[in-house]
Amino acid sequence: MSVLVAEHLAKRFGALTALRDVSLRLEQGEVLGLIGDNGAGKSTLIKIICGYHRPDAGRLVVNGKEVELRSVDHARALGIDTVYQGLALINELSVYHNMFLNRELRIGPLLNNRAMRRLARAHLEDMGVNIPNVSAEVAKLSGGQRQAVAVARAVYSDAKILLLDEPLAAMGAKEGALILDLIRELKARGDVSVIIIAHNYAQVLDVCDRVNLLQHGAITFDKPTAEVTLDELTELVVAEYRARRRGTNGPAA
Amino acid sequence: MTGTLPRQQETPAQQDRRLLTLLRRGGTVLVRWREASVLIVAIAMAIYFRAANDVFLTHDNLRNIAQATAPAAIVAVGIVLLLVSGEIDLSVGVVAALAPFLVHYAVDLYGIPVIPAFLIAFAISAFIGFCNGFIVTKLKVPSLVATLGSYYLLLGILLTTSHAYPAQIPEEAQGKIQTIFGAGDWSSLIWCLGVVAVYHVVLTRTRWGLHTISVGGNLIGATEAGIRVNRIKIGNFMMASMLGALAGILEAFRINSIDPNIGGGTALTFTAISAAVIGGTALAGGSGTVIGALLGALILAELQNGFNLIGISANPFNIILGSAILLSMIANQYLSRLRRTGGT
Repeated sequence: MSVLVAEHLAKRFGALTALRDVSLRLEQGEVLGLIGDNGAGKSTLIKIICGYHRPDAGRLVVNGKEVELRSVDHARALGIDTVYQGLALINELSVYHNMFLNRELRIGPLLNNRAMRRLARAHLEDMGVNIPNVSAEVAKLSGGQRQAVAVARAVYSDAKILLLDEPLAAMGAKEGALILDLIRELKARGDVSVIIIAHNYAQVLDVCDRVNLLQHGAITFDKPTAEVTLDELTELVVAEYRARRRGTNGPAA
Repeated sequence: MTGTLPRQQETPAQQDRRLLTLLRRGGTVLVRWREASVLIVAIAMAIYFRAANDVFLTHDNLRNIAQATAPAAIVAVGIVLLLVSGEIDLSVGVVAALAPFLVHYAVDLYGIPVIPAFLIAFAISAFIGFCNGFIVTKLKVPSLVATLGSYYLLLGILLTTSHAYPAQIPEEAQGKIQTIFGAGDWSSLIWCLGVVAVYHVVLTRTRWGLHTISVGGNLIGATEAGIRVNRIKIGNFMMASMLGALAGILEAFRINSIDPNIGGGTALTFTAISAAVIGGTALAGGSGTVIGALLGALILAELQNGFNLIGISANPFNIILGSAILLSMIANQYLSRLRRTGGT
């Protein structure tokens, strides 16, 4: 069953056409890799799905029902949560306060720190993330651990559709492995469906079930990763680059 | 015997682990508890001045120090809230001067009873804070400039309406009410300690405090997490303004005169900002302590009072104050770097 279907989405910003005609679907429990050059419209697409932008045309179907997303909060209420590139973590706060940010547990007017600490520890353990001290400031964590905290927060806020905006950018091999493991863990659970924006095609092939290529505001390629090789994927993107260098103006028709 | 063997083997290891946890916790407390270093300075200063002059620790002089500390500390609490949320308010000092006049106008010109007059003064102060917050968050004017503007605007209103003349404490407010609100020997200190206690809890143990830190630490992140950042900022502007009003009323009732120059200059505002900064609150936002601000105000009061007793004039006091602010800011930078690189 498709948890998310987008049909003929279009979005313009003034003279700039960010998305021309995008259709994509996300199956239950699936991890979909979204690749494409800078400026291809990946972020715009993500921001439409998470309720930040409204599309000029096209429709979104979430869990079989057509919806018009009014806001990020509206999308969240439908179970769509985004882990932004910036992660939205507060360096000055502890790991557990970050995990419960804006969803704090309380006793009367006071924070129930003990319960939040315990649950944060349990959630992270549950996801196979190793953070020894949940009371440590987030500023002290490595890039991979920070990403893991942000993902764990989204998952435990009951997100059923998770949008990850370049979770592997600026991350070392070891750090990246932590995130890839985390995504595999989610896949094994089966109740969360994920869209990942990524630049590293090897990693995409490694962890995703299916890959979509976004070029000039449209999806131009859609295949299960089992049927694609790394060379093929690289060739797709490079071919377009070469075509452009040969002197044709803009996209080759 | 086989049953006791494993326990014997484990005991030293467990002890080691417990000792390590204890040590680590102790270290964390020292680095984390920024107030500790400020407290040490405050105590050292008291010892020094006591050695230099016997009068320093007498009952009467302690009362003087308490009375100098209290209004600055109360205003500083509001400043800490704002600094932590990434803003500042230069107009609180005038609100402090304006508030007792509002009480005076309400009682003497409009015949309103004292307690409702108090409520009106606090409501107007809260509204001033709301305007400051609105201009900063919705109209996107940086708080330094916005509150500089409201500082002059309010000062003008204050001097025009009062004709720049001091006024008497309203007759209805004299006696018991005046004693409770500032005139009693330790009244302003008690108010101050109450305010500090409440806001220490607010900042460290409530959702409001957590969101205040979030807004100042990472504004975009806080917004993405769904925190209503403008509401937090405006709320803190309102509370800072109301704390300014409280300090002003206490001070007017203590000196038994409603004086437009009380905090109408920049003195009270600047002392409060200094106290907050010396107490370990960074201007960058995201971190700060209310107890530190109280200790900062205490240090400033001790300095001024002690210099007076020793016979040093008020002029070099500013040299010390300036140096203290610079040194504590440099130390703060160093400490936060230490903390970030894993000083624990």
